[in-house]
Amino acid sequence: MSNYHLDHLQHLETEAIHVMREVAGEFERPALLFSGGKDSICLLRLAEKAFRPSELPTPLLNVDTGHHFPELNVFRDARAKELGAKLIVRRVEDAIAKGVAVPAPGEISRNRLQIPTLLAAIEEFRFDCCIGGARRDEEKARAKERFFSFRDSFGQWDPKNQRPEIWNLYNARINPGENMRVFPLSNWTEMDVWEYIRREKLAVPTIYFSHRRQCVRRQGQWLPVSDILPPKPNEDVRELVVRVRTIGDIISTGLVESPADSVDDIIAEIAAARVTERGSRADDKSSEAAMEDRKKAGYF
Amino acid sequence: MPPSLHHPVDILRFNTCGSVDDGKSTLIGRLLYDSKSLMEDQIEALERSADITGGGQINLANLTDGLRAEREQGITIDVAYRYFATPRRKFIIADTPGHVQYTRNMVTGASSANLSIVLVDARAGVIEQSRRHTCISSLLRIPHLVVAVNKMDLVGWSEARFLEIRDQFEEFLPLLDMKDVQFIPISALNGDNVVDASPHTPWYNGPTLLGHLESVHIGSDWNLNGFRLPVQWVNRPNNPHDPKLHDFRGFSGQIAGGIVRVGQKVLALPAGITSTVQEIWTYDGPVQEAFCPQSVTLVLAHDIDISRGSTIIGLENLPGSSTELHANVCWMHQRPLQRGKKYFLKQTSNTVQAVVSEIEHRINITTLEPQAAPTELGLNDIGEIRLRTAKPIVYDGYATNRLTGSFILIEQGTNATVGAGMLKAPREVVKPENADYVI
Repeated sequence: MSNYHLDHLQHLETEAIHVMREVAGEFERPALLFSGGKDSICLLRLAEKAFRPSELPTPLLNVDTGHHFPELNVFRDARAKELGAKLIVRRVEDAIAKGVAVPAPGEISRNRLQIPTLLAAIEEFRFDCCIGGARRDEEKARAKERFFSFRDSFGQWDPKNQRPEIWNLYNARINPGENMRVFPLSNWTEMDVWEYIRREKLAVPTIYFSHRRQCVRRQGQWLPVSDILPPKPNEDVRELVVRVRTIGDIISTGLVESPADSVDDIIAEIAAARVTERGSRADDKSSEAAMEDRKKAGYF
Repeated sequence: MPPSLHHPVDILRFNTCGSVDDGKSTLIGRLLYDSKSLMEDQIEALERSADITGGGQINLANLTDGLRAEREQGITIDVAYRYFATPRRKFIIADTPGHVQYTRNMVTGASSANLSIVLVDARAGVIEQSRRHTCISSLLRIPHLVVAVNKMDLVGWSEARFLEIRDQFEEFLPLLDMKDVQFIPISALNGDNVVDASPHTPWYNGPTLLGHLESVHIGSDWNLNGFRLPVQWVNRPNNPHDPKLHDFRGFSGQIAGGIVRVGQKVLALPAGITSTVQEIWTYDGPVQEAFCPQSVTLVLAHDIDISRGSTIIGLENLPGSSTELHANVCWMHQRPLQRGKKYFLKQTSNTVQAVVSEIEHRINITTLEPQAAPTELGLNDIGEIRLRTAKPIVYDGYATNRLTGSFILIEQGTNATVGAGMLKAPREVVKPENADYVI
């Protein structure tokens, strides 16, 4: 092997930086979706690598479902401040109050309701492109996703009619009202993300590490007890040593029992894991095409 | 065991192609399953769908066929990307469908591949689709080819049948300029010679498919001759706190060829002005040299007019710069390519208007022979065309450099990506001595 050789993380990194700079070069009003989760933490570091010493050319955007883990929002705000980046937060609650998002009778999950909230934010700020941290290895509908994923003026994804993506030439052209979703981490796996966090010494929210928490058992998963998820009478509530592997809403994110309290431990745990990251997300289990259906409607 | 990957490994990108029932998705499922890259919840999901629709039989193809229509129709309609790793390598698979109408997807999946797997049904032998897939791999200059002769169990593990198919291939391979071709007898359904060596093929001494994927040499797949930096973005801090950055003006991009060093003389095109590399800026600190495909920011000694779409090049192994282009193009849209029609042409970071001045011929993609000049190229046709661009583009022949020798065509109005082009080597190269002055 020559000295002019990139290892897998360097390879994924240069690919992602190239994608980010294509966004900066081709769009007028891009935004970067930042939740404070591990994938978007990598995304932010890649943005620094793509655009420093300049300021980031995109504001950060987050749709707050109102069901976030509080630790996540604290981390999100602190990181944005540290970077001197502009952070825009749009809340599902406000969207419901304005009638932009309408819950179905008895609908507790905010999963579907974040779609109209996001689309309204795109319209409000006239964003022509949103950079997101989705990865193709997460879910099989995502496996069909392009780096530059075209959305029509309704925000819809049409999986049967995607633009072919050839070499590293991304077609970023859109007409007014249309939108592009761009996924620089498309080729990253869960393991790559954690190895990158380790290599770059990136801080992550504390809930990724082992901690004690009151949990309730539902549908084969340990869910965190909180104000919006109180235990029902006769339910098995336990204090366990747990961590989150993937972060969704606090009412649907399964906790894994784990002693992992460092990035090294997490990497060892993933290497030995026998279930996928999204195995702990109830939102993906509702049907075989749950993710596909949400994406078609404008979800990430 | 999935690897813990504590040591750096490299990435091999490969694509799989074959016709509808050759068992591509089954093969990928098998690779994932036998290399322990599948997780319990994925297997559970497979079992769930087997109980509902499959009469209890697990269908490994359901792993890659992610869209509802695909599962309903039992087909793969788009490129699906899959990831797995062994302790030796990480792999990115582009699973591309084999139907004639989806050749454009194969081109898409293959364009970034180091290696192509062409699947052949041992019962059917080499059919038109196999030749087509091999020819496309050759046109796209994929450095390595594997011919996986599948369903060997259905021909009684016959060595004679395997050799017969190999001979059929070797009849047309010499026409294709494919240097590295490996033939492997497999049964994707049962896993023979996929990850583990098969007890049924004592006559076969070669590697298993995974063994080959893990060991094939891909170190020289990038072009390190002739420095090229297509500028993506000009990096100019607005209100820097650091006074040293007040005059910072960097040119950001991904190196598309060669190596660059601090102090090296470079030429900026289309400005046609030479300068010297003063600094190679990266987030992790300045570096003395950088190489393809790293992403960097160059600071030059002189203030030159450079913007997105400009190219900074080294003074050796020079590229062409022209408005007259000659290329093979794969057509990807229902509306045919027509002479005289205008498109946007995107090559590296540069988008220009282009008009099709001539369609020279269509290429027979099962023989690579040229056919008489057609009036248009339809969906999935590959042809040789001439284009005229509104501004000169800086390029290499695709055979020399995949990154600077490729382009896409975009339809004006719909913005659909309609064509993928591979440029012929330039007839003359840039002459830096004519431009050798400094402002």
